[in-house]
Amino acid sequence: MTEYFELLGIPRSLHLSLDVLQQRYYELSRQFHPDRFMRSPEAERQKALDLSSTLNDAYRTLKDPLKRAMYVLSQEGFDVGEQRSKDVPPELLEEVFELNMALEEMRGGDDSARPQLETAEKNFTNMLTEVDRQLEVLFEQYDHAQSRDKLTEIRGALNRRKYIQNLVDEVRKSLAPSP
Amino acid sequence: MQIDFGETGRVIGIDLGTTNSLAAFMDLTGPKIIPGADGDKLVPSVVSINPRLPNRDREGVGALTSGEIVVGNAARELLLTQPERTVYSVKRLMGRGLDDIQEELKLFPFHIAPGSEAVLQLQLGDRTYTPPEISAFVLRQLKQNAEAYFGEPVTQAVITVPAYFNDAQRQATKDAGRIAGLEVLRLVNEPTAASLAYGLDKRENGIVAVYDLGGGTFDISILKLHDGIFEVLATNGDTHLGGDDIDNLLLRIALEDVRSEWGEDLSVDGEGVQRLRRAVIQAKERLSFVPFTFIELEYHGKNYQREIKRDLFDKLIMPIVNRTLGPCRDCIKDAGVTVDQIDEVVMVGGSTRIPLVLSAVENLFRAAPHTELNPDEVVALGAAVQAGILSGEVQDKLLLDVTPLSLGIEIMGGVVSKLIHRNSTIPASATETFTTGVDGQRNVLIHVVQGERELVIDNRSLARFDLKDIDPMPAGFARIEVRFLIDANGILNVTARDVRTGAEHSVDVKPSYGLTDEQVEKMIQDSVEKAEQDFEERQVREARVEADTILAAVEKARRHDAYFELSDEERAVIDKAINELLLVYHADDHNLIKQKIEQLNQVTHKLAENMMNTAVRGALKGTKI
Repeated sequence: MTEYFELLGIPRSLHLSLDVLQQRYYELSRQFHPDRFMRSPEAERQKALDLSSTLNDAYRTLKDPLKRAMYVLSQEGFDVGEQRSKDVPPELLEEVFELNMALEEMRGGDDSARPQLETAEKNFTNMLTEVDRQLEVLFEQYDHAQSRDKLTEIRGALNRRKYIQNLVDEVRKSLAPSP
Repeated sequence: MQIDFGETGRVIGIDLGTTNSLAAFMDLTGPKIIPGADGDKLVPSVVSINPRLPNRDREGVGALTSGEIVVGNAARELLLTQPERTVYSVKRLMGRGLDDIQEELKLFPFHIAPGSEAVLQLQLGDRTYTPPEISAFVLRQLKQNAEAYFGEPVTQAVITVPAYFNDAQRQATKDAGRIAGLEVLRLVNEPTAASLAYGLDKRENGIVAVYDLGGGTFDISILKLHDGIFEVLATNGDTHLGGDDIDNLLLRIALEDVRSEWGEDLSVDGEGVQRLRRAVIQAKERLSFVPFTFIELEYHGKNYQREIKRDLFDKLIMPIVNRTLGPCRDCIKDAGVTVDQIDEVVMVGGSTRIPLVLSAVENLFRAAPHTELNPDEVVALGAAVQAGILSGEVQDKLLLDVTPLSLGIEIMGGVVSKLIHRNSTIPASATETFTTGVDGQRNVLIHVVQGERELVIDNRSLARFDLKDIDPMPAGFARIEVRFLIDANGILNVTARDVRTGAEHSVDVKPSYGLTDEQVEKMIQDSVEKAEQDFEERQVREARVEADTILAAVEKARRHDAYFELSDEERAVIDKAINELLLVYHADDHNLIKQKIEQLNQVTHKLAENMMNTAVRGALKGTKI
């Protein structure tokens, strides 16, 4: 499998300039898109197809900071499977417990839980912003030191983020007027 | 200056529409529409099987018994007189199964043939045709128009499809191209093609929304433009929403009126309902330009007339127009932009002429939409630009499109595991490794689905792939790596590799809907044979028409003074030539007929000259009086 950073010709880092990334992506697309090989022999056409599909996958992964971090983690041998985000971060246990009660009431048609859910949405959204800020710092630290410990910290923060994101999504769903 | 297309020739762009189809090509100044023989640019996507030839009144000449395929404007006329042998809006059936089309069957007079459970078949006259075969007739007409226009064979095309078409619908379109004798170099999404035609890349950077409401489908795409790169950020739509739905709405009202006024149920009268449908469509089209109009029908000596005002019309179609707005909002969200960031909105498809559609779009996007280009032509023009990109003529533009639907496989419990998410730029790929669950297992069956839902049953089954001939070994030991690749046409390709040996592994594909490769091959064979036969028949017919013309002219000349000025020998030669032509007239050899026509032409040369001279003399005499 072609290494994504290498393919796009940019240094491997968790922070990167999206403008540079896009520019490199467009340049390579112009070069390798199957459109450019319509009159070429079959073998070359197949190669262009493979290369441009990998290029598209690479761009999609690297342009999103979270996917980019996940990619680097998996490249470094970390387990980034789905199940990790299902464990409740211990510090959130109490809040999640109360939230679930409120969600239950809301689903049961009890609208009195609404204000509590609205507050919860605000809280968890703030937490997301906070995690993102932490991640920013961690990314920078990793780019600087390239240490495995930092990656472990990043993985923890990403799991936490995923978990909170799921909570926010669920709260928003229950607050939205039913179709 | 001649453009060098290499030995592979010219590539045309085709918009294969629900209501109309058209072809375009790229010339030095830009994309141009190719007109048909009748001068019309639009070829109505209507196909009719004539029981006999059009000039059937003339004895002998029209005595062929096999059905003749009629396409376009002529077929649209036949829709009125022989609705049971004529089909329209077949695009709605492309790549679909019998279960999918129950709603369509209530609204469209499709004659589904018995035994359509496996592959959908339409009954037309005494033969059945699959939707791709019907579409192939339309494509073949466009191909012929292009060949007549260029005076050379055309074998390669870019064909457009709704952006929201799924894999089966795309594959069916590609099959139609193959059956029509066209190598389909690329399927391009209609809204994306339209953006190419608009030349919006003149602006260096920007975000553009393309709103495409056609006869039967709705698409919305949001693109980012950057120095000639057209990158689709997101797309959404509804492949069963369009002008047809508005027609059906009005038709229901008109049928109800007729029922109460005439005491007749026109809906069971094939011709009556088609005449009323046409009246309704004409009224709808007029309403885009005038504040009120009439739906008018004169049929079997009875008259129906109903005034319809724009505001009532707007109220009626509001729900249909509103159905386009949800996908627009989702698309904006998926594109990761806000309404304010969208610089331009482009309108595509005939239904965007409707003022309510325009104002709804303007309200949503808070910008005046582009309507400069003819909304019926813009997609074909864009297809021609893409054809130019593929042939290398157009170097500065590149389209990066996306897949409209997520692709996944069935895992335990009937749940979908998504492999490629919707709005991923294509080509896109994903790799999964499969193993066996039982000792000695030889096959692994993979079920591929398309859609956004969690459960398999809520998504669209795409195909089942059988990984066969796995070496027998304990459960879990085999490792087969499967690569799912959505190509630039939006069509899935699957390859498999045995991880232990590195060898390519065979994949047996069973499409859930649509035709197998063998079936398509068979149809191509049939159509090539039929095309040759059709061509031969057409040439004979044309030769006979030519013979009729000259025979009639000579017959007339024989009563002319000039004829009597000829010598006896000269007259005998003419009579002999007439007789010889009459002798070969009924033979099925157009060359022979042509040869005898030419002979008669030669021997009547002097006669024609004499006639001209007497005419001139007569004219001169006339001036003296």
